[in-house]
Amino acid sequence: MSLDAATVRRIASLARIRLEEEEVGRMQAELNGILGWIEQLQEVDTEGVEPMAGGAPAGQPAMRMREDEVTDGSIADAVLANAPDRANDYFAVPKVVE
Amino acid sequence: MSYTIEGSTGPWELVIGLEVHAQVISKSKLFSGAATEFGAEPNSQVSFIDAGFPGMLPVINRECVAQAVRTGLGLKAEINLWSRFDRKNYFYADLPQGYQISQYAHPIVGKGEVEIELADGTRKTVGITRLHLEQDAGKSLHDQHPTKSYIDLNRSGVALMEIVSEPDMRSPEEAGAYLSKLRQILRYLGTCDGNMDEGSMRADVNVSVRKPGEGYRTRCEVKNVNSVKFVMQAVEAEARRQIEVWESGGTVEQETRLFDTQRGLTRSMRSKEDAHDYRYFPEPDLPPLVLEKDWVEQIKATLPELPDARRARYVAMGLTPYDAHVLTLEKETAAFFETVAKGRDAKMAANWVTGDFFAALNRLKRDITDPPVTAENLGKLLDLIADNTISGKIAKDVFEIMIETGKAPGEIVEERGLKQVTDTGAIEKAVADVLAKNADKVAEYKAGKDKLFGFFVGQTMKAMQGKGNPALVNEVVKKLLG
Repeated sequence: MSLDAATVRRIASLARIRLEEEEVGRMQAELNGILGWIEQLQEVDTEGVEPMAGGAPAGQPAMRMREDEVTDGSIADAVLANAPDRANDYFAVPKVVE
Repeated sequence: MSYTIEGSTGPWELVIGLEVHAQVISKSKLFSGAATEFGAEPNSQVSFIDAGFPGMLPVINRECVAQAVRTGLGLKAEINLWSRFDRKNYFYADLPQGYQISQYAHPIVGKGEVEIELADGTRKTVGITRLHLEQDAGKSLHDQHPTKSYIDLNRSGVALMEIVSEPDMRSPEEAGAYLSKLRQILRYLGTCDGNMDEGSMRADVNVSVRKPGEGYRTRCEVKNVNSVKFVMQAVEAEARRQIEVWESGGTVEQETRLFDTQRGLTRSMRSKEDAHDYRYFPEPDLPPLVLEKDWVEQIKATLPELPDARRARYVAMGLTPYDAHVLTLEKETAAFFETVAKGRDAKMAANWVTGDFFAALNRLKRDITDPPVTAENLGKLLDLIADNTISGKIAKDVFEIMIETGKAPGEIVEERGLKQVTDTGAIEKAVADVLAKNADKVAEYKAGKDKLFGFFVGQTMKAMQGKGNPALVNEVVKKLLG
């Protein structure tokens, strides 16, 4: 499997990464290199092995659960500290209306 | 008769499926310890996890999982003891992580069903495809500033259940009945408050049309419809639009649309074609969600009585199917009725709750959660009728005084001397007076004008200010007229 230039542009756009036209070729080569390694992994015989989920094989330790208690929040200033723009305690972003 | 819309080329059938997003009732969020309460100051209920800060790891809330299981059981659905979370990737200003943690390939709840009832009494089962847990997004305010949108992340990370139905509905009425019933079940279960005004329940409506006997044609999804009425309107508007497209020789394109509640029409969201390329993959921050069978059984054992079962029980208690239906629509109404009926005549309790009490609610524009008369006091009023302290007629007056004064019925009866007179001596005296004053009518009665009997009873009751025991008054009038 190999990616064409159009797919590379589409992936970049979905990930909201700006890709200059002259970068497409280099990115295409790098991504195809990675896909090549993945294809090597596909050669391993996984017959009868359950697929993994979240980094743990099926049947392996399950997710831990916490109790339903309010233990966090009331830190609006800290949450907003890195915001490029704010209005009172709201984040302010360029207008986005569908 | 199945529902169809008549086009220029003949009748069209509707095929409808709903995806309902229901906010889970819990104190804290699905993956963080921030509070979920509605209406707090902006960004005051946000943790670094909800704000998508780097390096923060999600830990699931046990109660949210229990609520999903409870809901699944209430929908008679399979509970998947092994489920998994996936990332749904998209960019929007109110989604700080750049992805929503959701369940795509392995939801916590599988196939179930909801029974709906239509106005003509027809019952129908609507299949549930699945229910999964996911995070809600934050909230964008677009009307506060000319060039900026304001973002509040308080809702970001609150647990949602997405409940997906089979495309089993065939009319706007069925879609409305399904959403109402689902809301009723969730409210009985206590898993979602069903408050559609506050956005606790929102529906995405999938609609397609077809000629009778055909397979499915292309469907469109109408997003974020927030009331039963609007769901019904959106279904019809979208179906009519599609029929027009097909009949004018066009093709319906699969797309996402919005319902314009002002104009009663759906319009295209004109999203980019790749807007739905969510690139799901297993959530690497979370191991699989594995439930103990015993835990699920414990939840099952503590499920509350659901609307259908409660309605059947009320009918068995002697209520009419209609009263049973009305009293079980909202669980608060059912709880009120149960308090009134406890240890008393159920039918009489139902008559009072659906009669005088509901009329008072309407008249005073009050809600069952803020009743003008408490269930306990209404019950006591029924006791006074049952033990002949007051007549049913006087009880209606006492009820009005209870609304005005908030006093207990016993106190009112005592203060105002409304106790029913059961002393035959007093009744005989009152009847004798009436007969003496109306000697001409007595003569007419004796000459065969039987109808006058009611007149004598009425005059006696009037003379006794309505306090005479009606049965005894009747008896004495009969006796004295000999």
